[in-house]
Amino acid sequence: MATKRTVDVALSTTGLDSQGRPQRVPLVTDESGNVTTMEAPPALEPELEGEHMLINLGPQHPATHGVLRLVLELDGETVVRCIPHVGYLHCGFEKIGEYRQYNQIIPWTDREDYLNSPGNNVAFALGAERLFGIECTERCKVLRVIAMEMSRIMSHLVWLGTTCIDIGAFTPFLWSFQERENIYNLLEGWCGARLTTSLTRVGGMIADVPDGWVEGLKGFLQTFPKTIAEVDRMVTRNGIWVGRTIGIGAMSATEALNYGLSGPMARASGVAYDVRKDFPYLDYETYDFDVPVGTTGDVYDRFLVRMEELRQSVRILEQAVARLPDGPVNIDDPRIILPSKTKATTEMESMIHHFKVVMEGPRPPIGESYVAVESPKGEKGYYMVSDGTSKPVRWRIRPPSFVNLSAIPKMVEGHLLSDVIAINASIDIVMGEIDR
Amino acid sequence: MTDPATVPQTVGPAPNAPVPKTPKNIPHRGGPANASAARIKEKFPSAFVRADVVWGETTVFVRPDAVFDVIQYLHDDPNEQYAYLSDVTCVEYRDLEQPLEVVWHLRSITWRAFIRIKAQLTKGARLSVKSVWPIYKGADWLERECYDMFGVEFEGHPDLRRILMWEQYKEGFPLRKDFPLRGRFSRAEQLRQALAANPEARYSMEELQIADAFEDLPSDMRKRLLGGEETGE
Amino acid sequence: MGLVARPDHRVVSYAPESQEGWVTSRLDFLVNWARAGSLWPMPFGTACCAIEFMATAASRFDLSRFGMERMSFSPRQADVLICAGRVPFKLAPVIRRIWQQMPQPKWCISMGACASSGGMFDNYAVVQGIDTIIPVDVYVPGCPPRPEGLLYGIMMLQKKVMNERMSDQAIRSEMEPDPSSKLYIPPPVIDELSEPFGNSVHQTRSGL
Repeated sequence: MATKRTVDVALSTTGLDSQGRPQRVPLVTDESGNVTTMEAPPALEPELEGEHMLINLGPQHPATHGVLRLVLELDGETVVRCIPHVGYLHCGFEKIGEYRQYNQIIPWTDREDYLNSPGNNVAFALGAERLFGIECTERCKVLRVIAMEMSRIMSHLVWLGTTCIDIGAFTPFLWSFQERENIYNLLEGWCGARLTTSLTRVGGMIADVPDGWVEGLKGFLQTFPKTIAEVDRMVTRNGIWVGRTIGIGAMSATEALNYGLSGPMARASGVAYDVRKDFPYLDYETYDFDVPVGTTGDVYDRFLVRMEELRQSVRILEQAVARLPDGPVNIDDPRIILPSKTKATTEMESMIHHFKVVMEGPRPPIGESYVAVESPKGEKGYYMVSDGTSKPVRWRIRPPSFVNLSAIPKMVEGHLLSDVIAINASIDIVMGEIDR
Repeated sequence: MTDPATVPQTVGPAPNAPVPKTPKNIPHRGGPANASAARIKEKFPSAFVRADVVWGETTVFVRPDAVFDVIQYLHDDPNEQYAYLSDVTCVEYRDLEQPLEVVWHLRSITWRAFIRIKAQLTKGARLSVKSVWPIYKGADWLERECYDMFGVEFEGHPDLRRILMWEQYKEGFPLRKDFPLRGRFSRAEQLRQALAANPEARYSMEELQIADAFEDLPSDMRKRLLGGEETGE
Repeated sequence: MGLVARPDHRVVSYAPESQEGWVTSRLDFLVNWARAGSLWPMPFGTACCAIEFMATAASRFDLSRFGMERMSFSPRQADVLICAGRVPFKLAPVIRRIWQQMPQPKWCISMGACASSGGMFDNYAVVQGIDTIIPVDVYVPGCPPRPEGLLYGIMMLQKKVMNERMSDQAIRSEMEPDPSSKLYIPPPVIDELSEPFGNSVHQTRSGL
């Protein structure tokens, strides 16, 4: 006669679900140990035929481009829902800005978007100069354009290297970092630092470019297009690359605008918005360059837009180098910018101005200003409010990557897990800017 | 997921939008105002408080309860078409008499225009204003950050919780002027609280319930997710 | 004491070099040479220092010549945790968890000013030095340190590894803070104890 015997296998779970129903199938055996009948498991709800899995991507992960945490609800390999968590690099930049003079804030602008340090320095100097009501000299303007475009190239090279490595192509990472070394050499010659440059001051720059620097830049502009062409040859029409990026993470133009996307993300979706063209600064309307605009807004379009921006930056740099005028690089107002050492050590007035600028800092009139520039990530703006003292009342960084990243739940729904990595890479985020 | 084949569009400036030039010789105050300011005054006379032009930028002060309608108008009206929300932020002044201002930066891509809308909230009362998330999806994280840093609550926001600090952060709202630079607690206490904040448990229950998988998780994982876990291997 | 060692830990003082056994010293050398020559880094890169770390790993300042090109992003397979960048309080439990997940032998390099001491971020949000959370072997100053600086730090670590002894079990033990220790004094008591001089437990010093 068959005896019912329940075999208790030791598992780490209790074996009961939330309703108290048993989750293990009891085996029924007869005396000789053969399985005779089995009790059917309790019926599951039809939509739960596969459980959704909640997995955690980050905050420490090679492919999240910094400390980003994505919580993904997966149905197999398909993403059903994505919940991003940011703030793992929040360092209180805006709070610190309220306790520092305007020139002292410039090293902080290096560190928030650390891939675009010279660009951030220029953006901040433009905002502060708007608040002061001053304009920099002609030479300074062209030097700032050079700094901005060099930093655009720097940032897009990191994006290129890391996106290729995320999708699986390792070699362009080494090529792009080798090109970055060439730019690092130039920046080091100009200001002494490779990455965190602190290039500008309110009213001018840290210093004029040294002798022979412009020739060095011209040499870079000769060799760099060859690298872009090489990466292009290797990647753009590559079957694997195209297969992994076409149709992934598409956003339409109206969606992109509504989500506040800017920069290459918006332009790839078809929004023809470039701050350099629409709200220009530093005489950008006098430079001859094109702005690439895509159609579908998928990862491949964003890739093409950024590759084309690299070529256009080279074009702008060639024009800037050709038109670099002679003249002073700082404005002539010693109440705002440090006077030259000769004057500061020989003239009493200049020495007092030097002392005041260093100890107290230049004081703008009461007011506020918002100046936005086209950073490689999008519309980067510094909103500064002044109450007449040498420290701003409010220093707000308008972070393009922050707003771009908020669209990731929309872009990622319905795609596979490996597409999440590709989409994340295509947004080109910098956590320093997102979290500030 | 949008099907890319069916929605190629291009959005850009209108052909008769003003020609862009680098602004020069901008006066401190005065100067030409953005035409939208006058139209707001006309359409919302009770909501309009005043308009300023500082360094060439037009700022329109609006009553806090009417901001949503003004921004809705600026988004929808074909002469305005401020389809792009650039930023939502707050400003608190060092002068204690001044109210806390919530600032919206709007851009019109079609007409190449920029306008700043401000609403003043009295400190001491509950700081709250209606969320513009129904109009601009991009306001989602921007408003969460304002809440995290200033404590301003946005009514109608789908998911208002802290974004830059961890959700159980107890020290306060960092960018307020009464919050000291180095925080309210000692360094040791800050470290202790930070280490006690379990990163895996930092979920809101709504997320897990909507995920529908919570019921099927093993009970030890459920307990962990509700905040009972001790870290350490 | 406020720190508790594991029960199986024995501190053994090792003999001076002249009296060490020949076999153990050769074995030590072999083991240390193998470890120092293939330190697989766990790049805990957060900010700008991570970019300089990537530049160190790239072609110009190749990390591969040190055996470190195999970046191990899983802590289970890593030897040295290189914390490159600032660590805010929200990230503190994460780095602690990652350190606990790394198996022995493990070392830590704190790269940059922010990881070593909080750097220029002396505010409410940033951990003032990761050595408050995990034990650090080498500190590399700089903001960000040049790749040559990081390589110098790595070579210092290699020298430290070469000077280890297997018989010294203290270096491989993990000590956890004892929650019942007497070292935690609540802030009001500290204030009272430091009455005549004030104390720096309160960070809101001069109006800044």
